[in-house]
Amino acid sequence: MRFLMHRLGFFALTLWAAITVNFFIPRLMPGDPASAMMARFHGRVNPAAIHAMEIAFGVDDQQSLWSQYVGYLHNTVTGNFGTSLTYFPLSVSSQIAQAVPWTLGLVGVATVLAFLGGTLIGTISGWRRGGTVDSIVPPVFVVTSALPYFWVGMMMILVFSVWTNGALPNDGAYSLDVVPGFTMPFITDVLRHALLPAMTVLITSIGGWILTMRNNMVTVLAEDYVRMGRAKGLSSRKIMYQYAARNALLPNLAGFAMSLGFVVAGAILVEYVFNYPGLGYMLLNAVNNLDYPLMQALFLMITVAVLVAVLICDFLTAWLDPRARSAS
Amino acid sequence: MASALVPDAPVLEVRGLTVEYETAAGPVRAVDDFDLDVLPGEFVGVVGESGCGKSTMLFGIAQLLSPPARISAGSVSFRGRDLVTMTAKELSATRWRDLSVVMQSAMNALNPVTQLGKQFEDTMRAHGERSGEVIQQRSVEVLQLVGIDPVHLKSYPHQLSGGMRQRAMIAMALLFTPDLVIMDEPTSALDVVAQRSLMVQIKELQQRLGFAVVFVTHDMSLVSHFSDRLVVMYAAQAVEIGPTRAVFDNPGHPYTRGLLDAFPSIRGPRVPLTGIPGSPPNLLNPPVGCRFAPRCPHRFELCDAPPPLYEAPGSLAACHLHAPAVAEVSR
Repeated sequence: MRFLMHRLGFFALTLWAAITVNFFIPRLMPGDPASAMMARFHGRVNPAAIHAMEIAFGVDDQQSLWSQYVGYLHNTVTGNFGTSLTYFPLSVSSQIAQAVPWTLGLVGVATVLAFLGGTLIGTISGWRRGGTVDSIVPPVFVVTSALPYFWVGMMMILVFSVWTNGALPNDGAYSLDVVPGFTMPFITDVLRHALLPAMTVLITSIGGWILTMRNNMVTVLAEDYVRMGRAKGLSSRKIMYQYAARNALLPNLAGFAMSLGFVVAGAILVEYVFNYPGLGYMLLNAVNNLDYPLMQALFLMITVAVLVAVLICDFLTAWLDPRARSAS
Repeated sequence: MASALVPDAPVLEVRGLTVEYETAAGPVRAVDDFDLDVLPGEFVGVVGESGCGKSTMLFGIAQLLSPPARISAGSVSFRGRDLVTMTAKELSATRWRDLSVVMQSAMNALNPVTQLGKQFEDTMRAHGERSGEVIQQRSVEVLQLVGIDPVHLKSYPHQLSGGMRQRAMIAMALLFTPDLVIMDEPTSALDVVAQRSLMVQIKELQQRLGFAVVFVTHDMSLVSHFSDRLVVMYAAQAVEIGPTRAVFDNPGHPYTRGLLDAFPSIRGPRVPLTGIPGSPPNLLNPPVGCRFAPRCPHRFELCDAPPPLYEAPGSLAACHLHAPAVAEVSR
């Protein structure tokens, strides 16, 4: 319980620090995004939106820095990030809310699958070190991990979409002629669209998990408690999972948390190659269009997501590793 | 040998056990043609300096070697059945129920992420015990045997002190009251006070429950009060075997004498301590003759040939000084 409170307190503190940094950085930047926005829309902008931006970017000369900060905190907490320039006149929050599920569904699921699959394969190849699985699978996936995301994406499109005459779609999250909703046709359509980008993420990220898990296993297998498991006459399965893999997994949790955090940033290149309407694609658009409100909100989201992921990882570690519980 | 004096059949008979480590420079014999008999309820101490192959020998007996180490020759007959040729399945059934192991550092020998009770439980379940009640009851029993409060069944290894962990290991080793417990320097991670009390406890339990012990250590003074018989290992081979008292009083091998001279005696005359000059041979390329010869103060012409175990006063010693012809002359 003390551990929990400790971690939550730490989380709140870092969150506040991240939000505050996010407030000051634009104020330290040269130039003025608010007047850039004014210029771009020739003054035809809702004055309230401009004001929100001015508060967000610190160009509101009438207010003291402190009251600006308080206003910004209020806006952030209530989810008011102003108006998007790219998707004008829609609000930033509504746009982000639309993109989040796609990214979480695609990149999130693919990342979790890559971690689980990579851990399993790594466990097996570490357990049978030098065996068939170990001599083929890790090297192959280490090579695929070194390939660039976008190249793998384009190859996937070439092989599974172009050469097969469009057997699998390569563009967007769902077909325009299918009505969105919780219907079988729509769900299958979404899954078909997600297949290639998900495979791309999986192929390029699973190798790292395989390799680290395999190496952790090899290290752990030399531990006395594994030999003890054998001496006790336990089944190989039991020793492999409960004695070796349970312990070999622990060092990988932190890396997993980080990669989960960056899911929210989206696999920018993958989403771009597949025109997938997720956060990564949105971030790219925001940068291209100098859409400061959207960028700022996205960066904040990424920071928060990493923090949340680290928090989850802390709890996960505490659950799996009794030593972490009493360490604090 | 001593076994001839006692009617019981040995619980463990090791014959010609040879363990090799595969290295890039060629195979290294860490255990070379090792023989050992252990009688029911007997406490056998194996002493030798670090790297002499004593732990490898233990793991060879318990079939716990992992590559690059492998048994290249010999047999380990446990209650009449050869462990070396047993299938993995037969071996699993025998392990722990009849033959358990206590490792050097309980710090690492207990799974750090599971509770003590769970580790007792999985052992009992692996040997077909299904009733949670029986498991719980037995776990409490063995913990009490070694003087640990049963509440620690819910503890994780890191929550116990080094001494408690080691005693918990011993408790685990006694779950099935095996015929033989193999101990690999179980006290070496403890301070001298804890060492002593643990040894006393092991000896008590052994006498009470009647299991045999093979106890490996580099600390000769530690086993001296507890073991019935002593095996001295040097450079992968047994160089002296005999009743502990006899070996201490009248060491037959110059190496044993060297080890004894390296320990101060609390009572008795004040004598300067002498170590053994030189260092053990490289096992990749051991001397052809007696392996101790390069360091031996009594070296003579016969030492160029490997010595068998000769009958020495009170023990068996692999030293040409006890060759019948030589011994005759010196008498």
